Amino acid sequence: MIGGLFIYNHKGEVLISRVYRDDIGRNAVDAFRVNVIHARQQVRSPVTNIARTSFFHVKRSNIWLAVVTKQNVNAAMVFEFLYKMCDVMASYFGKISEENIKNNFVLIYELLDEILDFGYPQNSETGSLKTFITQQGIKGQTKEEQSQITSQVTGQIGWRREGIKYRRNELFLDVLESVNLLMSPQGQVLSAHVSGRVVMKSYLSGMPECKFGMNDKIIIDKAGKGGVTNEAGKSTSGKQSIAIDDCTFNQCVRLSKFDSERSISFIPPDGEYELMRYRTTKDIILPFRVIPLVREVGRTKLEVKVVIKSNFKPSLLAQKIEVRIPTPLNTSGVQVICMKGKAKYKASENAIVWKIKRMAGMKESQISAEIELLPTNDKKKWARPPISMNFEVPFAPSGLKVRYLKVFESKLNYSDHDVIKWVRYIGRSGIYETRC
Amino acid sequence: MTDSKYFTTTKKGEIFELKAELNSDKKEKKKEAVKKVIASMTVGKDVSALFPDVVNCMQTDNLELKKLVYLYLMNYAKSQPDMAIMAVNTFVKDCEDPNPLIRALAVRTMGCIRVDKITEYLCEPLRKCLKDEDPYVRKTAAVCVAKLHDINAQLVEDQGFLDTLKDLISDSNPMVVANAVAALSEIAESHPNSNLLDLNPQSINKLLTALNECTEWGQIFILDCLANYTPRDDRESQSICERVTPRLSHANSAVVLSAVKVLMKFMEMLPKDLDYYGTLLKKLAPPLVTLLSAEPELQYVALRNINLIVQKRPEILKHEMKVFFVKYNDPIYVKLEKLDIMIRLASQANIAQVLAELKEYATEVDVDFVRKAVRAIGRCAIKVEQSAERCVSTLLDLIQTKVNYVVQEAIVVIKDIFRKYPNKYESVIATLCENLDSLDEPEARAAMIWIVGEYAERIDNADELLESFLEGFHDESTQVQLQLLTAIVKLFLKKPTETQELVQQVLSLATQDSDNPDLRDRGYIYWRLLSTDPVAAKEVVLAEKPLISEETDLIEPTLLEELICHIGTLASVYHKPPSAFVEGSRGVMHKRLPARTGSGEGTECPDVGNAAGGSAPEAAPSIIPSQGDLLGDLLNLDLAPPTTAGPTPSTSGMQMGGMDLLGGGLDSLLGGDIGGSPAMGAGFGAAPAVMPASLNAPVGGGLGDLFDLGGGVGMPMGAYIPPKTVWLPAMKAKGLEISGTFARRAGVIQMELVLTNKAMSVMTDFAIQFNRNSFGLAPAGPLQVLTPLGPNQTIEVSLPLSTVGPVMKMDPLNNLQVAVKNNIDVFYFSCQYPISMLFVEDGKMERQVFLATWKDIPNDNESQFQIQDCHLNSEAASNKLQGSNIFTIAKRTVEGQDMLYMSIKLSNGIWVLAELKVQAGNPNYTISLKCRAPEVSQCVFQCYEAVLKN
Repeated sequence: MIGGLFIYNHKGEVLISRVYRDDIGRNAVDAFRVNVIHARQQVRSPVTNIARTSFFHVKRSNIWLAVVTKQNVNAAMVFEFLYKMCDVMASYFGKISEENIKNNFVLIYELLDEILDFGYPQNSETGSLKTFITQQGIKGQTKEEQSQITSQVTGQIGWRREGIKYRRNELFLDVLESVNLLMSPQGQVLSAHVSGRVVMKSYLSGMPECKFGMNDKIIIDKAGKGGVTNEAGKSTSGKQSIAIDDCTFNQCVRLSKFDSERSISFIPPDGEYELMRYRTTKDIILPFRVIPLVREVGRTKLEVKVVIKSNFKPSLLAQKIEVRIPTPLNTSGVQVICMKGKAKYKASENAIVWKIKRMAGMKESQISAEIELLPTNDKKKWARPPISMNFEVPFAPSGLKVRYLKVFESKLNYSDHDVIKWVRYIGRSGIYETRC
Repeated sequence: MTDSKYFTTTKKGEIFELKAELNSDKKEKKKEAVKKVIASMTVGKDVSALFPDVVNCMQTDNLELKKLVYLYLMNYAKSQPDMAIMAVNTFVKDCEDPNPLIRALAVRTMGCIRVDKITEYLCEPLRKCLKDEDPYVRKTAAVCVAKLHDINAQLVEDQGFLDTLKDLISDSNPMVVANAVAALSEIAESHPNSNLLDLNPQSINKLLTALNECTEWGQIFILDCLANYTPRDDRESQSICERVTPRLSHANSAVVLSAVKVLMKFMEMLPKDLDYYGTLLKKLAPPLVTLLSAEPELQYVALRNINLIVQKRPEILKHEMKVFFVKYNDPIYVKLEKLDIMIRLASQANIAQVLAELKEYATEVDVDFVRKAVRAIGRCAIKVEQSAERCVSTLLDLIQTKVNYVVQEAIVVIKDIFRKYPNKYESVIATLCENLDSLDEPEARAAMIWIVGEYAERIDNADELLESFLEGFHDESTQVQLQLLTAIVKLFLKKPTETQELVQQVLSLATQDSDNPDLRDRGYIYWRLLSTDPVAAKEVVLAEKPLISEETDLIEPTLLEELICHIGTLASVYHKPPSAFVEGSRGVMHKRLPARTGSGEGTECPDVGNAAGGSAPEAAPSIIPSQGDLLGDLLNLDLAPPTTAGPTPSTSGMQMGGMDLLGGGLDSLLGGDIGGSPAMGAGFGAAPAVMPASLNAPVGGGLGDLFDLGGGVGMPMGAYIPPKTVWLPAMKAKGLEISGTFARRAGVIQMELVLTNKAMSVMTDFAIQFNRNSFGLAPAGPLQVLTPLGPNQTIEVSLPLSTVGPVMKMDPLNNLQVAVKNNIDVFYFSCQYPISMLFVEDGKMERQVFLATWKDIPNDNESQFQIQDCHLNSEAASNKLQGSNIFTIAKRTVEGQDMLYMSIKLSNGIWVLAELKVQAGNPNYTISLKCRAPEVSQCVFQCYEAVLKN
């Protein structure tokens, strides 16, 4: 299991050091600093073995978090734990920075004492941690409160406490998708997928039981078969349902029920959380198409022309469009002409950045640039990194639709109809690249 | 020493100040002071001097302050054990506190204080806490048992905590269950045979129920524990799998990977034709792909595991190639791992896409990545024959870029392509030669030299090229030197007239001016070969090379199986068994996949073996089976209990290495022991005379002693070989008939087999293994059946044997039990070998030693036999016997009766002394045998009889 956890600043000075196992000595702290933080070469692996001691690390801004062990631990668990640790810290004191860590080191030690015992991760849900790790002491609590805390921390529904009350029962659903694309210069899709998240903000009283439904192909096909004719069922569902390659759920969702009936039912945590993640690869709407044209004119000049086409309903508007066209390292000057938006050559980033605030569907825009090059005797060819794109569109590129979210709370007297529900779809670019 | 005094003064001052603050009356000030102490502790300053003052702050109702003091205690208690006792009282009191959080805190902290005296006091409070009404306290106490066990295992056992812990597995609270499972698993690891985690269907059911309810971390503990269980049959295995599969949709990647581990392991027990088996395979792919959208560090862990999974069950991800395409801003460690998996998944169906990608990668910036990409192109060529041509042209394009490391890498892989597809792409040699000067890495230089030597006849200026390398011979690495030596010898054999000087030069460089024994040995061997029999040399050096295997870096199957049992853990990230990086006893136990149970599935066995090996069964003839592959296949024969590799494979590996080094076939020529046993000289007794004059001079001293060895012994007459007998009739072996015999040829024991296919279908995938036997006979290499055996086809194979296998006394002594496997089944037979093949060449005893030994062996050990009807005179008999390594030491004639005294040495070092009485005109001989191990006498006598009568 985890033998110890260290947090370093960018210089390699220790900010937090907590050792859980006897086989980890003080020298481990230095070993990591010398071999990883101060190493001359770029880090080649997030797992390092130094003198039969293994180090796992992640970096958040310029802070290093390292877990050390001498045993055959579950490596995936260690990293999941480190991410969780970052989440917990962030929810207590915001950004993970040297200053914040120094200011809160007592709190961090207290957290580390609670969420890791003998190197085994324990309950790490911020919701329940905040009920008893407060930095205020828990002197004033009554006996009932205490046992409520412990039953929540160890209980089956560790993510929600009893007795939550809201005057207005409300919930917000955000379908956030990031669409990823790798396209060849000839316009062939090399790989494309959407990774989506359903984020929910719930302000509901009591212990509500929720059921979430979407246009999942498997469910719709099933329902269709139960209906009048199979043929009719398929023809209607063909367009409106989507095939989900895989999905994962927040721990509040009853996985065995999803496995048997494919229904998503759960008691939600209070406030904001991520209900599910999913991935689709079929029938993705690619909001933009990038058509590059790069021509080398002699050894000292490049001509670049890039056309972007928007490919969605004309009534919708895409926002925050940014096209990044990489330029060679020996670029000496760039001249840009674009029909729409603003384009600038950023020498420090070795790229031409073209920004467009808004663009409607089924439109086309173009940029052309002349790049002057310094003559070099460098034999190595320019690697031609791909042209990347950023954007935001008000629909889900996967085609996912929320069909319902039903809320049942039997003990309190509010019904599904009394809950105010909001749904929003946002599609963003993930890694959206076209090779040139 | 100069600066340290300032250091101590400031430190002293600081500590003094802190001391005052700690003893302050004001609570806030106290708390601030303790915080300062903890801060100093964190950065590594020694604040142990404040121990009593800090401990004094312990008795407080401020929980925050208490926690800080505890933190301090955990750090320093060990260095101040006597002082730490002061804290015990507070702990014991806190364990009775009405607040469950404080009770838990006390028991949690106490377990972390590794002081014997405190541990004693811990027992009572811990016992109470294990039965506390509050689950939070119980879950903390469960972990505390593991802590205590780490400090004092005996104490935990004596106090009966283990039983209490086992009871907690049935606790009503899922988190208590999870922590109890974690604690028990850890304790069980240090007692491999204790059966502590008594897993049975009932307890498994409890765990599976808790699995649905506990936290993500708890699910990991439970799944990891489940993975250690071996279900009784395929039905139980399936029902567990069904209950574990929902975990594949968990948001926590570690839960997913641990679930994958359980499924991969239990799947092993499911029959392949089961519908559920296919369903399960399909269910595994999507979650594995989803892992690749996690954070990069987790992606890395996932990829390392996927690498294993793809080797074990390639069918799971065969359609998912695209997700492993490298993204421009993936971290380098993710890129390299993805590339590895891409090559593993490359097949005819997707090769075009893969090649296009690899070409893209070869123009990236990171040197390691580019090299790997280039290498990958070469591996694609070798793996997918249809793509070879495109791969070669892609590589040529890359060579044209003239980027130094790209060129070198490309040349290394092109060498392998030449070996895989001989006589196909040699037209590119000219392009390669253009880049000779830019090669500065040993591997690339060696590859290029190999190419020049191998195709010397097609390269006009091959001699010039090689000569240019020879100039700096001593500055080259061993790899290059060896290659250069071989290449020049090849060149000489191909163009003897123009290159005599060159070969002379390299031989003398290698043998006389080099300190490297490998190089010298190889040099001498070539020299001797060339000087004795250039025709034979040609056959040896220019022998046809076996084709190379397409999968080069597969993990050896037994290791792979073990690693599959460790999915998700560090072992699977390092691709090493835990014993390789974990100290002490913990986790060193080897884990194995369960064997398939139930009947009627035996026929699948060979199939499984192939899947594990990853090599295409049809391509069997074109592969040099790596040692691992063979081992894997043999382990699947169900011959032996599943233990790890015995000594056999290691020696066979060595032998094979030796053969490969010299281009095969050399063994039989030189008489086996390359190490230079005296027997070697025998074959080359006349060598110096045959040597070309030009070579004679430098040999002189250096070789003289070696050649001398041959002096005394003449050329041996052929050894006795019994006629072939049928060992395994076709009726008993589903159409495979095996007959054979044993022979000793030039010092190598050989099993000569005739395999006849009397069935209707083609037979492939032959492998052989011996049971343990009296003289440790074992195959020295794999059974080389190079082509599939068609119906009614017969093939003769000779299998070299070694005598270093495991030993077990058999009855009769020379009995050998053999198992032969092919694609149809495994067959067993036993045969008897003539013990004469174990008589070694250096069995000639000195006269004096003989006399002394004869006297020394007690008369009880002497046995007498009669050989009847033998019409040889003593001279002829002696010659005949010598052919089978029975050496006549002296001859005495008494009253017309010839007394021959002979000695024999067995391969295991046993000496047998014999006295043979031959009377002229009497066809009956009398023989007396004396030996320290009289059991062998009977067998030896049989040999005498057989040798003399044939």
